[in-house]
Amino acid sequence: MATTAPETFPVHEDAHHDAHADHKPAFFQRWFMSTNHKDIGTLYLIFSIFAAIVGGGISGIMRMELAEPGIQYLGAVHEFLGGAAGDFDGSLHLWNVLITAHGLIMVFFVVMPAMIGGFANWFVPIMIGAPDMAFPRMNNISFWLTFMGFCSLMMSAFMPGGTGMGAGTGWTVYAPLSTTGSPGPAVDFGIFALHLAGAGSIMGAINFITTIFNMRAPGMSLHKMPLFVWSVLVTAFLLLLALPVLAAAITMLLTDRNFNTTFFTPQGGGDPILYQHLFWFFGHPEVYIMILPGFGIISQIISTFSRKPVFGYLGMAYAMVAIGVVGFIVWAHHMYTVGLSVNEKMYFTAATMVIAVPTGVKIFSWIATMWGGSLRFASPMWWALGFIFLFTVGGVTGVVLANGGIDDNLHDSYYVVAHFHYVLSLGAVTAMFAGWYYWFPKMFGVWHSELLSKLQFIVFFVGVNTLFFPMHFLGMNGMPRRYPDYTPAFELWNWVATKGYEIMAVSIVIFFANILYAIIVRKKAEGNYWGEGATTLEWTLSSPPPFHQFETLPVIDDKAGAAH
Amino acid sequence: MAGTKNHDYHILPTDPWPFLTSFSALVMTSGLAFFMHDYPFGTYLLIAGLIGLIISMFSWFGNIIKEARAGDHTPVVQLHQRYGMILFIASEVMFFVGWFWAFFDFSLFPSTLAESVDGVWPPAAIEAVMDPFDLPLLNTLILLCSGTTVTWAHHSLIHGDREGLKQGLWLTVILGVLFSMIQAYEYMHAPFPFGENTYGSVFYMATGFHGFHVIVGTIMLIVCLVRAYKGDFTPRQHFGFEAAAWYWHFVDVVWLFLFIAVYVWGGWGATIH
Repeated sequence: MATTAPETFPVHEDAHHDAHADHKPAFFQRWFMSTNHKDIGTLYLIFSIFAAIVGGGISGIMRMELAEPGIQYLGAVHEFLGGAAGDFDGSLHLWNVLITAHGLIMVFFVVMPAMIGGFANWFVPIMIGAPDMAFPRMNNISFWLTFMGFCSLMMSAFMPGGTGMGAGTGWTVYAPLSTTGSPGPAVDFGIFALHLAGAGSIMGAINFITTIFNMRAPGMSLHKMPLFVWSVLVTAFLLLLALPVLAAAITMLLTDRNFNTTFFTPQGGGDPILYQHLFWFFGHPEVYIMILPGFGIISQIISTFSRKPVFGYLGMAYAMVAIGVVGFIVWAHHMYTVGLSVNEKMYFTAATMVIAVPTGVKIFSWIATMWGGSLRFASPMWWALGFIFLFTVGGVTGVVLANGGIDDNLHDSYYVVAHFHYVLSLGAVTAMFAGWYYWFPKMFGVWHSELLSKLQFIVFFVGVNTLFFPMHFLGMNGMPRRYPDYTPAFELWNWVATKGYEIMAVSIVIFFANILYAIIVRKKAEGNYWGEGATTLEWTLSSPPPFHQFETLPVIDDKAGAAH
Repeated sequence: MAGTKNHDYHILPTDPWPFLTSFSALVMTSGLAFFMHDYPFGTYLLIAGLIGLIISMFSWFGNIIKEARAGDHTPVVQLHQRYGMILFIASEVMFFVGWFWAFFDFSLFPSTLAESVDGVWPPAAIEAVMDPFDLPLLNTLILLCSGTTVTWAHHSLIHGDREGLKQGLWLTVILGVLFSMIQAYEYMHAPFPFGENTYGSVFYMATGFHGFHVIVGTIMLIVCLVRAYKGDFTPRQHFGFEAAAWYWHFVDVVWLFLFIAVYVWGGWGATIH
């Protein structure tokens, strides 16, 4: 498991001889009617990259607009999308649509599909020695519902929203902006996008939990599972229990909008704050849903390239469980300024601080894993080290924001934007690239360029830090988030941030160049191309693995497990 | 040639229904969004999507039943199904948590800003509530009774008594339909409207979603009844039936909470209709 002992999973000699098990269905059947976890994982990854281009392109427009004070480009973009020339309200509404789409796309259609749909689909069954997921058809509907959710969100951009086209509510869809503030079907399409993607994710969660509990190879107890599998198990529970609450909340929005209910309408006794409670009861577990699989990926990589098991394996596993459990009881730290009582703020401050403990366990255990290890700096290791640094920065600002009193000042400022981009766009996305380069040859059978991967890391690292670090200064100086314009006092750091975006964009070009490299050069990858240190079951298979792996289940040696 | 399969897991051939189901769902939600905003074609899209969903689910679940008959559901696959159903019900529980959250927010902290509520629960604008010990109590008894009849059917099935299975299921289905009809009657004669204030909102949405789940559960039981007549289910293997029964008990428990919280406690001291 790359987590207990280097020779953790010696499988029996005759355990797999599936080279002949490679009969694949025809193109249309294979990709539109798939029941194969690896193909569905690939679909998710392709979809996620496509959505990332859309979501990342949107942030490009936003950074361009924010490069200097005043409104520069919004009017032109608005006209380009079919708006009337000189429609100032429409242009400003477009800004709201952009921030909404950026948030929703990145959360629901980039990070979740890549982490859970892509990597977890690919590697959870293989790492536990299973031939496929427990419910192969339901696995496919999870993907297609996510895809249809994305379609619904894209359609919403072409519907009347409020003062212009599209849903301009922010990804949190707060009432009353999302109810009385947004007539027209755009927000309904956005809500249904969340319903569809949410249903897909709940089914995915059921699938992963069932698979992990029931399909582990003989000999693999829960305490021998690779940490990536642990991370997906915890993530799946968070999805299962958090998403239905969001479904209820956005259904209330829907009926408030269309059927005269008053859940969030003060005139009828309703309460917009109720929506925020319901939303963040989902929303906080959601941020752990995005980062936990990243933790798992980083654990595998650090262990592989330190050529030793992860330090404190059980502590690492249960730290994730603790993060998951405590993650359900800290939600109101997103709402410190809505008028919570002092007692409530004290509780949520304290509870939020508690999360830093298991998170610290993880950071220090990664460092302790490298301590005394036989380190090798292949490209995934670069990304993993970058992750540890960047995520720690985001975690530290999280501790700052956890304080109800301090948050009164920083709430809804660029400090918050800096914080959550450090943990997500620099944390989760860095982990995604780490996993991509760790597993790319395994998934597709050909090598990426290690040189380009490392180059991409350097450019990406410089870019995102230039992009997001100045936002701390902007926030502490009082620049509010979600506005297209600002006072000239904020000009310098905004200009720097936009330059950072441009550098980051270059790193994405290198990313695609690397894919092209793999396609053109087609340098074949071996089964275990990372060699000693890569001990989980996917390294016992060919690259790419056979269409159906483990037709005879591997048996996990008991002695290896006794190593710790 | 997929090699030789030396395990009991269910490896499936390619299947069109996941895509078609998802697409139907998108057509349905888009139609509903258009319908709600009075676009002329919204209703057609909504109905088309709904029909597509029903066809997809019918085919998909039909395939599962065929696979069960073909012996694909080995013990470990049945275990998967058990886990899947339990987890699905767990997510449903969390869905209702959302509605109860709204209910307790409104009832424990009634708005002092809105004149229609005026700091009391039930809200000031609610002139009368339903008598919980009239039809709601009857419905409680009906659902509890249906819980016993479905257990009767289960025991009969386990002991090879096919007639008892059918009788128990018939009674359960009849009681389920009866519940839905009484609920519909209650809605039509309720002394307060849908929406307009928090009471009308949360009452109808919470009990309405429960009612929808009763209808889904009843459909599941009807499918089981049809399968019972067709000779499906053995004393050893009948997970389709068990899943329906679990779901039915879940629906039953949600009702008990609704009855106690919304009908009895939530209407305490108010004028009875």
